[in-house]
Amino acid sequence: MSGNTEFFDELDGGGDGPRAPYAAYTRWFEGENLKDLQRKSIEAETFFRRTGITFNVYGQAEADERLIPFDIVPRIISAREWTRLTKGIEQRVRAINAFLHDIYHRQEILRAGRVPVDLIARNEAFLPQMIGVEPPGGIYTHITGIDLVRTGENDFYVLEDNARTPSGVSYMLENRETMLQMFPELFSKVKVRPVSDYPAMLRRSLGACMPVNASGDETVAVLTPGIHNSAYFEHAFLADNMGVELVEGTDLRVQNGKICMRTTRGYRPVDVVYRRVDDDFLDPLNFNPDSLLGVPGIFDVYRAGGITIANAPGTGIADDKAIYSYMPDIVEFYTGEKAILKNVPTWRCSDKESLAYVLDHLDELVVKEVHGSGGYGMLVGPAASKKDLNIFRKKLEAKPGNYIAQPTLALSTVPILTKAGLAPRHVDLRPFALFSPRGVEITPGGLTRVALKAGSLVVNSSQGGGTKDTWVLEDG
Amino acid sequence: MLGKTAGGLFWMFRYLERSENTARLIETGFRIALTRPDGDEWTSVLQTASAADSYRERHGEIEQSAVIDFLLRDKENPSSVYNCIANARQNARLVRTALTREVWEAVNETYLEVSKSLARPVAERNLPEVLGQIRQYSALVSGALHGSMLRNDVFDFARLGTFLERADNTARILDVKYYVLLPSVGQVGSSLDNVQWETILRSVSGKRAYAWLHQGKVTPMGIADFLIFDPRMPRGLRFSMSKIRSNLAMLENSYTDRHHCHDTSERLDRMLQTGKVEEVFEDGLHEFLTEFLNDISRLGHEIETDYRFHG
Repeated sequence: MSGNTEFFDELDGGGDGPRAPYAAYTRWFEGENLKDLQRKSIEAETFFRRTGITFNVYGQAEADERLIPFDIVPRIISAREWTRLTKGIEQRVRAINAFLHDIYHRQEILRAGRVPVDLIARNEAFLPQMIGVEPPGGIYTHITGIDLVRTGENDFYVLEDNARTPSGVSYMLENRETMLQMFPELFSKVKVRPVSDYPAMLRRSLGACMPVNASGDETVAVLTPGIHNSAYFEHAFLADNMGVELVEGTDLRVQNGKICMRTTRGYRPVDVVYRRVDDDFLDPLNFNPDSLLGVPGIFDVYRAGGITIANAPGTGIADDKAIYSYMPDIVEFYTGEKAILKNVPTWRCSDKESLAYVLDHLDELVVKEVHGSGGYGMLVGPAASKKDLNIFRKKLEAKPGNYIAQPTLALSTVPILTKAGLAPRHVDLRPFALFSPRGVEITPGGLTRVALKAGSLVVNSSQGGGTKDTWVLEDG
Repeated sequence: MLGKTAGGLFWMFRYLERSENTARLIETGFRIALTRPDGDEWTSVLQTASAADSYRERHGEIEQSAVIDFLLRDKENPSSVYNCIANARQNARLVRTALTREVWEAVNETYLEVSKSLARPVAERNLPEVLGQIRQYSALVSGALHGSMLRNDVFDFARLGTFLERADNTARILDVKYYVLLPSVGQVGSSLDNVQWETILRSVSGKRAYAWLHQGKVTPMGIADFLIFDPRMPRGLRFSMSKIRSNLAMLENSYTDRHHCHDTSERLDRMLQTGKVEEVFEDGLHEFLTEFLNDISRLGHEIETDYRFHG
């Protein structure tokens, strides 16, 4: 188990022997035969393929269903570490909600000068239609995925807040199922907190946000763009595990002030829609008129209290990469406390001095598009070729406001199983937080994404990343 | 249940049934060709699969390996086994939430394994094995369906798809061969050309069952009666129709509403319960089958409308 002195390795921590959370696992591992484990690893892939846990890759018509590679070595977090993380996540989720409510109502944070007016007013993610709208239960972000990275024993940073329609939770659940099937004896040796409650928690959480004009049935449905969407498996998975219908826009229509779904027995009202369709495509009458994925008039029904939309429209203004740099201020402004989770220092290229610094240090920095996601449109300076650096230099000079830059973080490593045995790879973590009038609930663990290529810092599944089961240990 | 889901289930099982039927037609054609190399069995196989025109457009002359490939794996042929199974799985994905994990995994595995076998042209030497595999997987799906699904509306729509497709198929097999069964003067009661009756019975996996029930006496009326009116024959019209009727009755009960499709299915079921093969021959077998195929097709449309498959 070789460590790399530059990076914090979560298994050995650079010391002698494994760190405490990995002690029991390491003991088990040392009693195992490498060949057997490698065989298990192949079994896991068959299992995933048969279950159909695949994702569709855009722009690749042939092999259009791919597996996200799964690594059988778990990423392990101690009870104490987790407690600290959950406090930070809860604080952040509450702050994001308060921020959204404020931004779409009194805008006190702008008046106080803590966030520049321009950043909101001229931001595409700001949805003017949401001004003055009161979401049911006061909840904007029913589901949030906070991307965390670790750089040292006690250093966790938030890389990104995903407040729109964060995905990946089905992998969190299926990864655990797979591990339980493959290594049942391991779970009797190491006490791991279960994650399987997530769908039931989500159902309860959504059910606690009924709209003003709810039908008596409290019907929840998952709205998917359809079977060609890259995350369709997850949409079906969640609907199935919550025991609710999976609908597409064409299954829904407005009837008597409610959103109704076409059933074999006629149209029936829906009270809460967990939508996995972006704001822009949600309602051709109110947003993008060309959208075929949404429901004409759903936003009017929403405003009139006929339906709950989760997450609420317009939450993108909270996870915008330009807003990100203000998160420590935002947390402090609404909670009165210092942010528990650290932000990565961020240069906003719209600022002249920052831009000059970024251009000077391009080969050391990570540059991201303000509105990009999925690791696209991103420059990792230290790994980039001269040509790429020059392309980005031009992009930055042309549209500085489109970019932010951050130092290249020394992402922690966790071992994966390779042909030669264990080898460290960089990871991040996306825990999932549910928010309802019942409070914030965070499933212990989350989705650990791992860069499978040695040395790579890009963990996105679309760019050669894989996933791991994430264990949060029981106390003691 | 969503109308879309009901439609997805219905089509998923229609496609699965169709893939099995097409595989059986290939098996029959291949078998006959082995024993009677000079025959023209492939033409009627293509007709039965409603693929004669599209085949001619693509390949022109009838040639065994081309026909087999066209029926088995051609992506341009909408009812090729490959396309049927791919469509079945596509529909299964659409209705994933209505299926048990067992059924979904069975369909998914069917698709993954069969598409592996059909990735390249199948050599004649391997054909029996591949066709056997297709049949096995089809049994796997129906086993999973029976063993793991609740007997509710989901199950009813799945069964409606299966039996509507089956009734359609068996009627088509008979219709393509009706001229063989047509008794000319002095032929009633006489033996049929061996190959022809063998084809018909093999196409519905009924050769042995027929021999048992009729002590080996093969007559046109005997075969027509077996496939149309015998309530014991699971691929026969009467059996399929009684299943369609009972599944629709189940829906009527659980939903407490009645539609056009209920009237139609009851009328057809009654007709098959009380009909006599002698009368059918008197009025014309082809006319009877044409009308039945039209009725079945209308019933299919009624089910789609009555249960709101489409918006």
